[in-house]
Amino acid sequence: MQEKGKLTFQKGIRDGLPICLGYVSVSFAFGMAVVSGGMPAWVAVLISMTNLTSAGQFAGLDIILNGGMYLELAVTTFVINIRYMLMSLSLAQKVDGAMTLLQRCAVSFGVTDEIFAVAMQQKGEVNTRYFAGLMLTPYIGWAAGTLAGATAAGILPLSVRTALGIAIYGMFIAIIIPPASKSKPVAIVVGMAAALSCIFRWTPVLCQISSGWVIIICAVVVSALAALRYPVREEEET
Amino acid sequence: MNYPRIFLCIFIMAAVTYLTRMPPLVIFKKKITNRFVKSFLAYVPYAVLSAMTFPEILYSTGNMVSAVFGLLAALLLAYKGKGLLTVAVGAVAVVFVVEQVMQFIC
Repeated sequence: MQEKGKLTFQKGIRDGLPICLGYVSVSFAFGMAVVSGGMPAWVAVLISMTNLTSAGQFAGLDIILNGGMYLELAVTTFVINIRYMLMSLSLAQKVDGAMTLLQRCAVSFGVTDEIFAVAMQQKGEVNTRYFAGLMLTPYIGWAAGTLAGATAAGILPLSVRTALGIAIYGMFIAIIIPPASKSKPVAIVVGMAAALSCIFRWTPVLCQISSGWVIIICAVVVSALAALRYPVREEEET
Repeated sequence: MNYPRIFLCIFIMAAVTYLTRMPPLVIFKKKITNRFVKSFLAYVPYAVLSAMTFPEILYSTGNMVSAVFGLLAALLLAYKGKGLLTVAVGAVAVVFVVEQVMQFIC
């Protein structure tokens, strides 16, 4: 991925291709989930084209389908995507000083875990042209994958559809396990959050609380405890 | 289908998501120095994803037996450092095979 040379729009497009391929499979699962939940395909595509975030979309869909409150939807979306604040902050120090306010507003829409990671790998400052290319390919993949999944939901046999339900969780596991096996604090965070979430799910009374709030409570409590017990060192970003 | 509600929901999701991404890039150009805030933000993604995955993954397929096999497959593949796509597709494949075998036996 790290090639020498100028950060052009074309290079951005190229660097975005691997991200695009990964996005197609996950957004396929999302499109299917929307249609399986009883909503039309264009709703799935509209969500993907306006949100561009995997975990947030799945969690939001869950709340929409379960008739959750608007406040719950807003808070859940916020907490799940709070990591983007950190990424945008880091990116703010990485982007070209010549980037205008309008360009910053446009570029920030494309801050996802993967696009952020690739942008930060580049040497020196990142300009608007490169970032525009870098977010364009994954964006197209995300929208197209959603449409394909939503369309295929009615065609695919039930056996394939039930098996695909695990896809998004497989992706989450692929994100959390490698860092957890390298860093003890991350492993503890992952373990504690999982345990707490299971307690909420399997305890009478507590299981009445909707999944959005459970995720928020788990994330805030566990992250705060871990931040107190294992503050990250200056140079060591997890 | 309650379309006004769906539109409002999509608008809330999109607006909130954008509001986590845009302000830091537009406003802050200085680094965060507060160690607690930095640490908290660093741990949030892992806590969120873990709480979303467990125990929900066990209910994500046709039955819990196939889900357990899918979970184990995902854990193994992820531990070996495989990419997002490989882990996701691997888990799906294992679930599919297990459910076919179960149908055959039962």
